[in-house]
Amino acid sequence: MTTSADIQTLETEELISGSEAIARACALADVDVITAYPIRPYDTVMQFVSKLIADGELTCEYIVAESEHSQFEIVKHASAVGARVFTGSSGVGWFYAFEALAVTCGLRLPMVAMVGNRALDDPGAFGCEHNDALAVRDLGWMLNWAATAQECIDTAFLAWRVAEDPRVFLPVAISTDGAFLTHSQQIVKVPDKSLVDRFLPPYDRGKFQLHPDNPITIAPQVNEDWLMEIRRQTDAAMRRARDVIIEAHEDFKSIFGRGGDPFLEEYMTDDADVVLMGMGTLTLPLKVTVRRLRERGHKVGFIRVKWFRPFPTPEIIESLSRFKAVGVIDRDYSLGSPLHGGVLFNEVRSTMYSSDSRVPIIGFVAGLGGREITLRSTREMFEITEKAAEEGTKGQEIHWIGVRE
Amino acid sequence: MTTTQQLTPLRGVKQSPLEEFFTSGHRTCQGCESALVMKLMIKAAGPRTIVLGSTGCMYVANTTYYSTPWVVPWMHTQLGSSGSAALGTAAGLKALMRKAKMKDEPINVIAFCGDGGGVDMGLSAISAALTHNDYNLLILLYDNESYANTDIQVSGSSPWGANSTFSPPGTVHRIMNKRWKKNMAGMLAAGHPQVRYIATGCASYATDMMNKVRKALSIGGPTFIHTFDPCPKGWDYDPMYSHELGMLAVQTGIWVQYEVEDGKITLNGPSRLLARGRPRLPVEKYLERQGRFAHFTKEDTAYFQQQVDDMWERWWIPGVVPPGMAEE
Repeated sequence: MTTSADIQTLETEELISGSEAIARACALADVDVITAYPIRPYDTVMQFVSKLIADGELTCEYIVAESEHSQFEIVKHASAVGARVFTGSSGVGWFYAFEALAVTCGLRLPMVAMVGNRALDDPGAFGCEHNDALAVRDLGWMLNWAATAQECIDTAFLAWRVAEDPRVFLPVAISTDGAFLTHSQQIVKVPDKSLVDRFLPPYDRGKFQLHPDNPITIAPQVNEDWLMEIRRQTDAAMRRARDVIIEAHEDFKSIFGRGGDPFLEEYMTDDADVVLMGMGTLTLPLKVTVRRLRERGHKVGFIRVKWFRPFPTPEIIESLSRFKAVGVIDRDYSLGSPLHGGVLFNEVRSTMYSSDSRVPIIGFVAGLGGREITLRSTREMFEITEKAAEEGTKGQEIHWIGVRE
Repeated sequence: MTTTQQLTPLRGVKQSPLEEFFTSGHRTCQGCESALVMKLMIKAAGPRTIVLGSTGCMYVANTTYYSTPWVVPWMHTQLGSSGSAALGTAAGLKALMRKAKMKDEPINVIAFCGDGGGVDMGLSAISAALTHNDYNLLILLYDNESYANTDIQVSGSSPWGANSTFSPPGTVHRIMNKRWKKNMAGMLAAGHPQVRYIATGCASYATDMMNKVRKALSIGGPTFIHTFDPCPKGWDYDPMYSHELGMLAVQTGIWVQYEVEDGKITLNGPSRLLARGRPRLPVEKYLERQGRFAHFTKEDTAYFQQQVDDMWERWWIPGVVPPGMAEE
């Protein structure tokens, strides 16, 4: 057990962005191979990585690839020989790598990537949308959304720990809202390497390591004879990931003294009737609005989903069953989906189908393309959700918030 | 620091190692010259080698679950990823060795691709890999002149006019593939001047091909070999003639055997003799043996011959570097 006094001497407080925090995590985790390719806004992390290498603070093979596809393929293969890897992308760049993203899961390689969430061009837009990272939600990527620069560095350590656990061996994408997190500086506690070493064991590929001493054949043709069994193994790994995440969060808390619930951050929900929920940096305006509405007597709260894959199904059922209405804010779109709602909305709605409460769930699409989710728009979303609670609607509504008509 | 394995040149086929590292278990076609390239490639490289295979015949027909023919460690990579697979593997090994997380020893890294994966889709990644001088790796392109695995579709490496399932001769359009085959090795040699070794090869000349693999792996840095592989299924001929067709391609001057080592070009074997004035066989001797050219008229054959003649008579370096010098 580390005492808080210990931690204080083993951590320094620094004013850094979410991108810089993850770059610092790369150095502290002694990452072996890193690949870069420029696209805004994630690429800031590689600017910090390359400077850390140039200054001798990070030792790794650092390759500037000629495309995102190669960027992800290179680290995929480095991971197969036993190297700890890091890479990342944003928006359509992430999509350019899509083939590599898909096969990384089937290969069960513990790649850790940062997604600087960005709108999918066309038309050109640098701002934050979650559709890039969400596109891999069915493939076997574990997906985490960070809300602060502190969470960026902390989640990076958790990501390697969970991904490289032999019970899991699946990739993790750390989603960071473009600009709001990638480019915004906050005070971050940066730990000493000795603390990180206590939390994060070396990556051991074991009997799956590709090496002349272990001459295995990886990913031969299986076709209909075996593919279904192999998919089922990957499914089992994702199911196991849940407990590994919980275990890792507990260890993290005992070593670093911070962390909170692994899956959900709840804010002023204890006596709440109505809550909004969402992912990423929209937390900040929502917390402000929750406080202001509570000053005026509204029993409102906010819930942030931290891990989207594996989806925190039991936690969400248990949590949301307490409320009279729930509004789900999607910084994404899912055109043609049930009710034309967002991705998180439909996942939450599907999750709650098996609960007894059948709480009304309202869907909000907001903040697309990096448009600011203002205090006014958060108030609007609370008003609509409170109205649904009063009227006891079934929650079949989708509202686009902050959009010019 | 990790160096390369020093693999000695073979002075004849009798010196070839007896050990096989590509054995039974594959299901390539009878007469498949690309399978022979695999066998010779890994025989030349030896057991301390990691092979990465991009999608294509040599993946799909070669590597079946529970019956892998590979004795050495082998991993599949995506169709366009031979360059990235080689680079990632070499970088992973290097990082682990320099940090003492793995025993420091020279391990050969070979990534292979077909013409679809190399000449078309993977060109960008191969080019990128060839710029990374810090890593020892070989990219071997086995060229059977079509997407043979997916039913014989035309690629950027298919010969002009060839019948394929994407370029079938018809009643209105006899010639559906109007593109001339890319000059891959020459392009890579011209475009990556720091690469120490780039070569073409053909399994009909087995010792030469194995020595090229050995030289590529021993010399260090990123290297590239392009082999010319007759394909009974795609080219439509009796499987027993694979070797002979490889030799005919060289003797007609259609395929040129050469190596570029530290910036110096050497034409090898029969190609060297052709450059010194031995008459080239007419291309017809090669074309008429294959069903994929059965629809050719005399004019088509003449056009083909003219292109090959130009390559030998007008190019700056015959068969390797176009264009010729402009007349003053």
